[in-house]
Amino acid sequence: MKKALISALAAGLFAVPALADTVRMGTEAAYPPYNFVNDNGDVDGFDIDVGNLLCSLADLDCTWVKNDWDSIIPNLVAGNYDTIMAGMSITAERDEIIDFSEGYLPPDPSLYAALEGTDAGVLTSGVVAAQTNTIQAGYVAESGATLVEFATPDETISAVINGEADAVLADGAYIQEQIEATGGQLVSMDSVMIGGGLGIGVRESDTELKAKLNAALAQIKKDGRLNDLIIKWFDDESKAIY
Amino acid sequence: MRGFLFCMFESCADPSSLTGLAWFACYLTNGKHLLFYQSFGTVLGLLALAAPLALLFGFAGALAKRSQIPGLRQIGQVYVAMVRGIPDVVFFLFVPLLIDQGIEVVRHYSLCESTGPIYQGNDFVVCDAAKMPLSSAEPWVHSLYGFALALAAYAIVFGAFAANTLDGALSAVPTAQLETARAYGMNARQSFVRIQLPQMWIYALPGLANLWQILIKATPLLFLLGIEDIVYWARELGGTKGSRFAYPHPDWRIYYFAALLVFYMIMTWGSEKVFNRLQVRMSVGQATLSGKGAAL
Repeated sequence: MKKALISALAAGLFAVPALADTVRMGTEAAYPPYNFVNDNGDVDGFDIDVGNLLCSLADLDCTWVKNDWDSIIPNLVAGNYDTIMAGMSITAERDEIIDFSEGYLPPDPSLYAALEGTDAGVLTSGVVAAQTNTIQAGYVAESGATLVEFATPDETISAVINGEADAVLADGAYIQEQIEATGGQLVSMDSVMIGGGLGIGVRESDTELKAKLNAALAQIKKDGRLNDLIIKWFDDESKAIY
Repeated sequence: MRGFLFCMFESCADPSSLTGLAWFACYLTNGKHLLFYQSFGTVLGLLALAAPLALLFGFAGALAKRSQIPGLRQIGQVYVAMVRGIPDVVFFLFVPLLIDQGIEVVRHYSLCESTGPIYQGNDFVVCDAAKMPLSSAEPWVHSLYGFALALAAYAIVFGAFAANTLDGALSAVPTAQLETARAYGMNARQSFVRIQLPQMWIYALPGLANLWQILIKATPLLFLLGIEDIVYWARELGGTKGSRFAYPHPDWRIYYFAALLVFYMIMTWGSEKVFNRLQVRMSVGQATLSGKGAAL
């Protein structure tokens, strides 16, 4: 008994703790409910919840890094952080530069929003605001409307309220949140289906990390925890399809 | 007062029940605002470190430019001409990237066991041990490293301007004084240290004061380098906040930017006062218009 105790103690003392791999996770932190800075100054949102859950399952030690949307892909490629979870849709253009994990949110319709009483014609002939380098900016550019681009999502909403743009196009969940936040100044207009759903961006050379994340993703899809998080953040059963 | 503050913070647990002043007291002391207040320290810290560093770079640049040694003189000239001729923003983006990737490349070849190619397609890949700072380092280490890179960029850019100012000031010292020093038997080094150097400051001061004001006004460029400075937090805090947040409010960016405006006005106004007094003090006894004015 005593011997067993001593050997157990020795094992505890000399065992080298298995160090979890450190992964730095890049996010924009300006796009609620996907990712934002909460009142305590911490990053929060759907992306962060999913990311943290994946990290705990894959036994990775994750820290979040805030980075502007505009430079979020270049800084991933340059190795400043290892993943992008920033409400980023999987597109063919992005896939040429970086790799994506399996999706963690199904394709979500994008919504136009404008001031109340705006004529629907502006969506194809007026001035429409969108964030730079987003699928929405690409869509507006092709739609016949004049595209005005902004570096942050916040500025696209302000542009409509200030009259600089006739309408704004962004992901549906973000637009709905902004309509509520601006107290009815904005109303939602048409919705359009663009993008291939959200995926985690990783460097093309980082196949090991991608495999780990995919394995963890498959697990939370199977046991329903991803669906729970989708319902928690989007309050929408139709998106919880996994 | 402390008791009062304590009560105030206790009651912040449920912001939705608050109104008026209590709401603002809680709002302005939430975690996010504390980070905003801290970021003023980042800006002041940058100013406190960048100014002497830039002066050092400037001094080295000016001496190099005036050097009799051919190679050194060209280096000084190229440094000053290059930085002055290229837009600041380009330098601010280029210098930190160059230093960061330069360090990582060197570490990659010296620390990694198997050195695979660094450029793999679009990717810049160094082994884990070569990362600077290491991925496993605490977040504050990453922040400090980013800050140091920014500091280097400021020192290099502002150093070049300071070099030109100091070079001009060294040339402005009357030749008669240097000839007198020579006549008294001082060698070149002695006359430089004893006569030329102490006297050049008064000529350099207006130019350096200008540079300092420009440096203050250039601190928002930190934001461009991904450092969470006062501009980042002002924009983040001012943006419209919906009911997801404990303190919902409409677009308040104008108030936050107004606060920054006041901060920068106070900084530049205060600096102006200090430089004016310095100018008066340093002019005493100088054979210049302001010097004689002060002496009379």
